[in-house]
Formats: sequence, C-alpha cells, structure tokens
Amino acid sequence: MRVYLDNSATTATAPEVVAAMLPFFSEEIGNAQSVHSFGQRARAAVEKARRALAALINAAPGEIIFLSGGTEADNFAIRGVAEAHRDKGRHIITSEIEHPAVLATCEALAASGFRVTYLPVSSEGLVSLDRLRAAVSDDTILISIMHANNETGTIQPVEEIGRLVAQARERGQKHLHFHTDAVQSVGKTPVDVKRLGVDLLSLSGHKLHGPKGIGALYLRKGVRISKLIYGGHHERDRRAGTENVPAIAGLGRAAEMARNGLQEQILRIAHLRDRLERGVIERLPGVIINGSIEHRLPNISNLSFSGVDGESLLIALDLKGIAVSTGSACASGSLEPSHVLQALGLARERVRGSLRFSLSRYNTTEEIDYTLDALEEIVTRLRAMSPEGERLQAEPSF
Amino acid sequence: MYSPQVAERIANPRNVGELISPSGTGDVTNQVCLDRIKLTIQIEGDRLTDARVQALGCPPTIAAASAITELIIGQVISDVCRVNRQDVISTLGRLPPAKLHCAALAIEALRAALEDAGLLES
Repeated sequence: MRVYLDNSATTATAPEVVAAMLPFFSEEIGNAQSVHSFGQRARAAVEKARRALAALINAAPGEIIFLSGGTEADNFAIRGVAEAHRDKGRHIITSEIEHPAVLATCEALAASGFRVTYLPVSSEGLVSLDRLRAAVSDDTILISIMHANNETGTIQPVEEIGRLVAQARERGQKHLHFHTDAVQSVGKTPVDVKRLGVDLLSLSGHKLHGPKGIGALYLRKGVRISKLIYGGHHERDRRAGTENVPAIAGLGRAAEMARNGLQEQILRIAHLRDRLERGVIERLPGVIINGSIEHRLPNISNLSFSGVDGESLLIALDLKGIAVSTGSACASGSLEPSHVLQALGLARERVRGSLRFSLSRYNTTEEIDYTLDALEEIVTRLRAMSPEGERLQAEPSF
Repeated sequence: MYSPQVAERIANPRNVGELISPSGTGDVTNQVCLDRIKLTIQIEGDRLTDARVQALGCPPTIAAASAITELIIGQVISDVCRVNRQDVISTLGRLPPAKLHCAALAIEALRAALEDAGLLES
C-alpha cells in the first residue's frame, strides 16, 4: 500500500484541476495579454480563476495577484512593503517560526538597513499578543506573522493581530501593514481576509491540490507596495511576466473545490488525524503531540517518539510505502533540528524523534490503520535495537 | 538519497543485540548528533567468533552498525584490526558526504571493543 501523509510538503493535483488545465496547453494557446480571440479566451480563464480564488478568501478579484508560488508571494509582500514605505520606518516584526521564505527575506532586509524583531513563541507555538504589542514602535512598517505553521499546524491569533494593527492605525500609525503567510491554511481552514484584518496574504496552489509553480498574493485595495519583478504590465502592472494560464486555471479550479464542502472536509480530515493520534498513543508509550492541540489545522499532526531517530523512522516507513517528514536531520555530524520545534523549546531528544504527518482529502481510514500497524512495528523494533532499549521498553519517556 | 544496502539494513538490521559475556565492549556516542553504537564482541583464539550491536541514530548509523558486524564476524583478529571506514562504506554501497561520520562511528565502536578486549593499544 502507498500512503501519502506529507501533504504539507505538497498535495496531489486533483484530477478535476488537471482537467481544467489541459485545454490551455495545446488548444487554448493564447497569451492572456493578446487582443485576438485566442488571447481573450485565455484572459477569460485567468479572470475566472481570479474570481474563484477571491471568493475562497473573501477578497475582491482585483486584490488577487497571480505569481509563481508561496515563496514569491512572501518575498513580494515583505520586500514590497519595506521598499515602498522605507521613508516611514525601517522596522519589521515577524516570528521565530516563520517559513524560510519569510525569514530569509527579513534577513536580507536586515542586511540592507532594516531592523527586524523575531518574536518568540510559547511551548504550544503561539505568538504572544502582549509581546507583539510591546514590540510595535513608531517606525514599524510591517508585521508578518504566519496564519498556520507548516510543521505543527498551529494556528496563530491572526484575527487578534489584525485588530491590534487596526487599533494602531486609529492611533495614527497609518504606515503599519500586516502580512500573513497562509500557504498552509488556505483550503484547510476558513480564511477570510476581512475577518483576519490582513493587508497582504500569501498562498500557494500546490498546497491545496492545485498545480506547482503557481500562487497568489492578496493585496488589499489601496495598499501600496513596490514591485519585485520588472517587465511588462501584467497583473495590473504589479507582477511582470506572461501569465501561466494553465496553472492559473488549475489554481482557480482548486479554489472552487476547496470552497465547496470545506466544513465537511475539515471534519473528515480531523477525524482521520484524531484516529491516527489516538491509535499511536494507545499502541505506543512515549509519544507526545507537538504544538497546540486546541489551535491547529485539522490535517497536521506533529508527534515525537521517544528513543528513536525521526529520520530512521521516516526511512523505515518509506520502505513500507508511507511518506511523512521529520523535523530532525543530522549532517556532517551536526544536528540540524527544525527551527520551529526548537523555538517551542523542545528538548533535543524530542526534536530528534519528531515526525510530521500531514493529511489530505484523499487519505482513507484504511491508510491510517495501515500506518498505525507500520508505526507500531517499526518504533518497537527501533527501540529494541537501541542501546537504551531496556529503559525504553520499561519507561519510554522524554 | 540512501543506497538500497542502507535501506535494506534499516528494514532488516543484522546481528542486533548484546552478547552476555563478551570479550570486549565498545560503546561510543557522537557528542554532536548523539548517535550511539554499542558493539559487543567474542574472541576465541585468534578469531572474532561473534558480535552483536545496538544502535540509536539516523539511518546510516543503524546501517553502519549492522555492516560492521558483517565485516568482522568469523574473521581473524589481524584482519578485524584492519577494517576501516571505507570497508563500511563499501558494504553500504555509498553514503552521502554529510553522513560519512556514521561509518566513522562504527569504526570507533570496533576500536573501542578491541581495546576493551585487550587487542588494541588505546
């Protein structure tokens, strides 16, 4: 049996999405900028997709900018705000658990004269609103806090941060902007840009059963940002480059599918996730859930198994056809643990034994039960062959 | 990323366990990544007659621990003393450059066991 439980890395492109894309490769071949009918049919497909994506996150179609993916969206949002408003301030606030697309962009800006505050998180992986409030200063131009974390699924209090930003603006801090990386959350939990109070939001196609190589930035009407890519006047002169029409059509279809029956999907996937967690904890001692249990996506479970190495567990599961990911990897004799799990303050042993299971709408009860059988066998075997095997069998704990 | 030989030893590690009254024990830990290999060996005459190994760590560490036992069981001591990191790597087909230290840890465990058995100067 092949079981794919690494949907936070990427998801299967839905067959309906593939079907929506196919005509735009060799039949509807027009450039969406062209005035002839070929071009206009491509343009219609792009605008249909824009409406579908806007509807998914409660934005106006004109607030959606298509681009190459989540990483470009994060770069564009952060650099775009920083460069457009650098005369108003040079301070950016983010968190220690952001995706590298955010962290590396902030580091690059720090090297060019910006001051960046990296907020710590609690042991559950949550940003503190009080710490955030205290970090905001007169020259803060951007707060970038992710909606849901890619490793633990922990959902940040983005709505409350949005209110905090609105209050700061009311007090006169007009140049304060709020961006959220919602790459992991769109399509997994309701995302409403108005309710969240964000100015900019990043999303990616391949995380919600769309194709790879396409994403979007929500840019609230009236928010001014600098361009990242120069060239033609595509995307209302905001993002140059010929529109990737097949991928955009696919993303639009994926957005429609995500919107239809989202609540049922959330319940179904959370049920499978809970079956997995309950089964693991019932069958194996020494297993801990990482991150917030209360505030998290329905599809991610990050577990630590005491007395085993996450990478060995990953490879052993892979040999049984099960794909997961780990927050632990050692290279050249140095441990390179996940910056997210480290920020939660987890002990080295707990980070080392961590595995992320991320589910999708395509997973089944049979797959979860097969995974439980495999986990029980492999963890027991790895513990038994450990020099600490006797201790682990008697009292497996962190 | 890993060779079929590494993967196969993750699924079926060889000679796992601990000898009850070993001639020598090598218990070594990489202090950076905390990978650990514990090797027990039995010496009879000029031959290493048996070995058992326990390991905690990443896949190449488990595979290297397995490989070291395959390389030494039944060999004469003079040959066992010549087993090196490259022999472990060859048994495993190949290791990624960042994982060569796992083979080194297995050799370190062997050296420690031979020292403990009085067959090598520390």
